[in-house]
Amino acid sequence: MFRAEIKVMLKKGVLDPQGGAVERSLHALEYDNVSQVRVGKYMELTLDAADREAAKQQVREMCERLLANPVIEDYTFDLVEV
Amino acid sequence: MTKLWQEMGLTDYEYNKIIELLGREPNYTELSMFSVMWSEHCSYKHSRPVLRNFPTDGPQVLQGPGENAGVVDIGDGQAVAFKIESHNHPSAIEPFQGAATGVGGIIRDVFTMGARPIALLNSLRFGSLDRDRVKYLFNGVVSGISWYGNCIGIPTVGGEVYFNDSYTGNPLVNAMCVGLLEHKDLKKGVASGVGNPVMAVGARTGRDGIHGATFASEELSDESEEKRPSVQVGDPFMEKLLLEACLELIRSGAVIGMQDMGAAGLVSSSCEMATRGGSGMIIDVAKVPRREEGMEPYEVLLSESQERMLVIPKKGKEQLVKEIFAKWGLEAAVIGRVTDDGMLTIMDGEKKVAAVPATALTDACPVYEPEARKPAYLEQTAAFTPESLPAVEEYNDVLLRLLASPTIASKEWVYRQYDYMVRTNTVVGPGSDAAVLRVKGTKKGVAVTTDCNSLYCYLDPFTGGAIAVAEAARNLVCSGAKPLAVTDCLNFGNPEKPEIYWQFKQAVAGMSAACEKLGTPVVSGNVSFYNETNGEAIYPTPVVGMVGLIENIEQRCTMDFKQEGDLIYLLGETKAELGGSQYLSVIYGQDAGKPPQLDLDLEAAVQGCCLEAIKRGLIASAHDCAEGGLAVALAECAISGRRGCSVGVSSDLTATEVLFSESQSRIVVSVTPENEKELLALAGEYNVPCQKLGIVAGNDLRIMVNGTEVVSVPLDKAENTWREAIACKLG
Amino acid sequence: MKFGVVVFPGSNCDADVKYVIDQVLKQPVDYIWHQEADVSGYDCLVLPGGFSFGDYLRIGAIARFSPVMKGVERFARDGGLVIGICNGFQILLEAGLLPGAMKINDNLQFRCHDTFLRVENATTPFTGRMSAGQVVKIPIAHGEGNYYADEETLAELEKNGQVVFRYSTPEGEITREANPNGSTANIAGIVNKEGNVLGMMPHPERCAEAILGGEDGKLIFQSIVDWLERGGNSD
Repeated sequence: MFRAEIKVMLKKGVLDPQGGAVERSLHALEYDNVSQVRVGKYMELTLDAADREAAKQQVREMCERLLANPVIEDYTFDLVEV
Repeated sequence: MTKLWQEMGLTDYEYNKIIELLGREPNYTELSMFSVMWSEHCSYKHSRPVLRNFPTDGPQVLQGPGENAGVVDIGDGQAVAFKIESHNHPSAIEPFQGAATGVGGIIRDVFTMGARPIALLNSLRFGSLDRDRVKYLFNGVVSGISWYGNCIGIPTVGGEVYFNDSYTGNPLVNAMCVGLLEHKDLKKGVASGVGNPVMAVGARTGRDGIHGATFASEELSDESEEKRPSVQVGDPFMEKLLLEACLELIRSGAVIGMQDMGAAGLVSSSCEMATRGGSGMIIDVAKVPRREEGMEPYEVLLSESQERMLVIPKKGKEQLVKEIFAKWGLEAAVIGRVTDDGMLTIMDGEKKVAAVPATALTDACPVYEPEARKPAYLEQTAAFTPESLPAVEEYNDVLLRLLASPTIASKEWVYRQYDYMVRTNTVVGPGSDAAVLRVKGTKKGVAVTTDCNSLYCYLDPFTGGAIAVAEAARNLVCSGAKPLAVTDCLNFGNPEKPEIYWQFKQAVAGMSAACEKLGTPVVSGNVSFYNETNGEAIYPTPVVGMVGLIENIEQRCTMDFKQEGDLIYLLGETKAELGGSQYLSVIYGQDAGKPPQLDLDLEAAVQGCCLEAIKRGLIASAHDCAEGGLAVALAECAISGRRGCSVGVSSDLTATEVLFSESQSRIVVSVTPENEKELLALAGEYNVPCQKLGIVAGNDLRIMVNGTEVVSVPLDKAENTWREAIACKLG
Repeated sequence: MKFGVVVFPGSNCDADVKYVIDQVLKQPVDYIWHQEADVSGYDCLVLPGGFSFGDYLRIGAIARFSPVMKGVERFARDGGLVIGICNGFQILLEAGLLPGAMKINDNLQFRCHDTFLRVENATTPFTGRMSAGQVVKIPIAHGEGNYYADEETLAELEKNGQVVFRYSTPEGEITREANPNGSTANIAGIVNKEGNVLGMMPHPERCAEAILGGEDGKLIFQSIVDWLERGGNSD
C-alpha cells in the first residue's frame, strides 16, 4: 500500500488571485519580507499497487485526468509506503 | 464539587424533576438527552409563557407555531411556508460556517413541510466596521451565506444589515427561508401509525456540534473561541440533493412526517415527532449510518451533523424511500419504528441504553417566568432632549454623513455576492423595501421582508417591538402586497437578568399589539437568549420576517422615482421625533431620547391608503420613510430612480426635525399630475394626511424648509457616497 | 425540434432554462439526467448553471466524467448545437470541448449583477438575432468566471472569430472596469472552432422575459430556434 501526497499548484505565470490576496494580508501584518505567495491544493490518498513504479504511473494518470487541470495547473507528488 | 448534571447545564431543581418524571435516576445517556432538550435553545423554557401572548390565528393560517415552519394560504390551493431562525453563537465563533449552516438549517425547516424553497433573507447585525474583528466577522458571515445559498440554488433576495456597538462581540445572524407548496403536499413533523418505520436519511452522523444546543444557551466569553469543535461544517451540495430527494419523496405520497435533525439532532427530532403524534419510538443507534468510528450512543443521539433528516414513511415503503435517495446518491437507513407506548426507547443493538417518555423531554420541561424589572438606563435615555444639541448649520454635510453611515448606506457590497436571481422568480430584488417573487403559472406575487430597529427597542422595547411589525408591514405595502403573517426571531441577552426579561416581555407585548391591529398573526419563530459578551447584552432585537401577497403582480410598486415631472407626496405626518434617530446616533454618537411613537390606527390607515393607491395604479413609486427620516427617504427614491427632486416643506417644525425625524407611519409616494386629484381624494377617504412635498426634477437633491433651501446636493455625489460607503470601510 | 437540458447533481439553473424554452419559446424540451449516456433525438443540448457535484475539487472536473458527457461529446463532434451556461461553460472547458480554463474571480468574490456584453460574432448559430457590435444586457452570477487562455490559444480564438461576447460598458467599450472577474481580453463567451459549441458565463435564461427586467437573453434562444428551423444553415 502506498500513500500519495499530491500538490496541485497554478502554473508559473498564471495569475493567482488568492495568492495575491494572502500576500497583501501578510504585508498588512508587517511581514514585509514575504513575496511570491501561491495558493494551491494538497491531497492525500491511499492506493494498493504492485510496486512503487505502478503506483507512480497510476497517480500520474489520476492527476492528468482529474486531480489537476493541465491547462492551468501543475502537480507534484510523493509516494510513501504504508 | 460540581455534579455531572450541573456540568451539562441542568440545575438541581431540574435534576430532581427528571428523577420524579422517570421514577429513578437517569443514566448518562438519558441525562445527556435531558440536558439538550431542556436547554433554552430547544425548550424555550424562559420564553414559552410570554410567547403565548402572540396572536397566532387568522383565516389565512394553515399552520401556526409549533411546527418546523408556519404556513399561510395564498389562494388557488397554494400556500407559503416560512420561518426565521438565529445562528448567532456559531457565527460569532466561526462566521463563515456559522452563517452557512444557519442558512442550511432554515432551508431544511421549510422543505420538510413539503415546500419548495423560493427565497432566502437575512437579518444581520454587527459592531462598528472600524474594528478589524468586526470586518472579519462581517466578511465571513456574508461569504458563508453567499456560499451556501448560491450553491444550493435558492435566491437570497433581501434582508437587512445594521451596525451598532452593542453587537461587537455578539453579531446576530438570523436567516429566513420562504417556500411554496400545494396544500395537498403539506407535511408535518409527526410520527404516527404503530409499526411504521423510522428512517435516517441524508448525510452520515459524526461527532460535530455535540452539545451545540447547550452552547447556544450560554453567554459568550473569551473561552468561547476554544469551543470551536461545537461548530458544524455545512455541505450545500449534500443539502441540494437532500432537498430534491425529500420533495420527490413527498410527491410520492409515501411519507407520514419528517423533520430536520437540527439542534440536538436525533434526540430532538425523535421526541418532538413522537410528542406531536402522541406516539412513541424505538430507535437502534447501531443502525444509524456513521462517519466516524467508536461513537458512544449519546454521541449518536446528540450529534448535530448537518444535512440529515428523520423520516417516517408508511410501512412497506422503505424500499421506495431507499430508491429515491439512491437516485440522488444519498443513504437512507431504517433505524427504528413508531410505537404506541409514548416512550422514546434507545437501543444499541440488543442493549437498551435509554427509555424516557417522549413528552418528558418536551412538554414536561420546567417553565420559568423570571422576575422582570424596568432597566435603570431608561430614565437617563428618556431624559435626553435633542433640543440640547447645537443647531445644525450644514445640512448637506449631515445628509451625506447619514448616507455614508453603514446602517443606511447601500448594501450592494453584500447582495452582489448573493445569487438573488436563480429560479428566475425575482421581480424586485434586494435593496428595495420588500423583495417580490412571482409565482410561475399564476398572476400572483409574494413579497418578503425583514425588519427591526433595535435602537428603538433599546429605548422603549414595547414601542420598538410594535414598530418592527408595523414597518415590516409597511415595507410589504410599499411593494403592493397585502401583509399576511409574521415569523419572528427574538434576540435578547440573558433572560435570568430581570432587566433583560423586562425588555423581552415588553417587546413581545408591543409586537402582539401591532400584529393584532394589522391582522398579521405570528405563525413561526425562534428565540435566541444569552446574546451577551462578558456580561454586556446586545440591544433587544426582535426581528420580524413578514410575507405578503400581491394578487396581480402587474400591480406592484417600487421606490424609485419614475418620471420627471411626477409630484411627490408624503402620506402620514412628520412630528418632532428625533429621539432614537440615526441623526442622533451618527452625528452626535447619542443612542438616546424617546423613540418615535406609533399610532396603530394611523398606521393601518396609511397602509390601507397606500395599498389601494397602488392597486388602482395611482402612484408611480412608494417608499417607507425610516432610518434617517424624510431626507434619506427622498435621497433613496432619487438615487434608485436616477432622477433628482425639488422639495419644499412648510412646517412648524425645525428644519432638522423635518429632515431627520423618524416619525412612523409615513410613506413617500410619487404620482403623475393626472392622478394627483384621485390620490388626494383617496387619502381623504382613509383620513390620512397627504402633504405635497415637491416634484421629480433635475439632477440634484434639493429641499427647502419654510422657504429656505437647506439641502442641495448633486445626485451623483449623494449616490457615490451612499453606494461606496461600505466598500470604503472595508478598504 | 427538441431541446435537452442536462441535469447533474447540483445543477440549479436547469429549471430556469427549461422554463424559457418551454414557456417563452414554446419549444419541446426534456431534462436529461447525468447518468443517461444516450442523447440521440435532440437538436440542441443545454448544460445549465449551478454547482455540479458541489464544485468540489475543481469546477466541472467531476461532472465531465458523468456518463452523459460521452454522449454530449459525440453529439458535439457530429455538429449538434451545445450551449453551456456558467457551470455548463466550466464543464465544457474541463471536457476539452472548448479551449482555455476558468479561474477564481480576480476580486475573490462571488458576483451577481447585470453585465453588458458586446457581441463580437453574430454569425454563430447562437447569435443570429444579434448584430456584431451590438451591446446586450445579461446578468452574471459566479465566483469562478475568470476565463484564462494562454497567448497562443487567445490568438487562435481571435483569428477564428471564436470570441462571441466580451464584457463591455453600456456603450460597447471594452474596458478594465467593465470586466467583472478578470477574464482574459474581457471574454464572456466563446465558441469552438466549428462554431456549434458555445460556452458563456452570463445567464441568458435570467433575462428572457420583460417581467425580469430585460429580454436580451431571449435573443440567444431565438437564434438557436431560427438556426434549427433553417436546418442548420446560416441563411
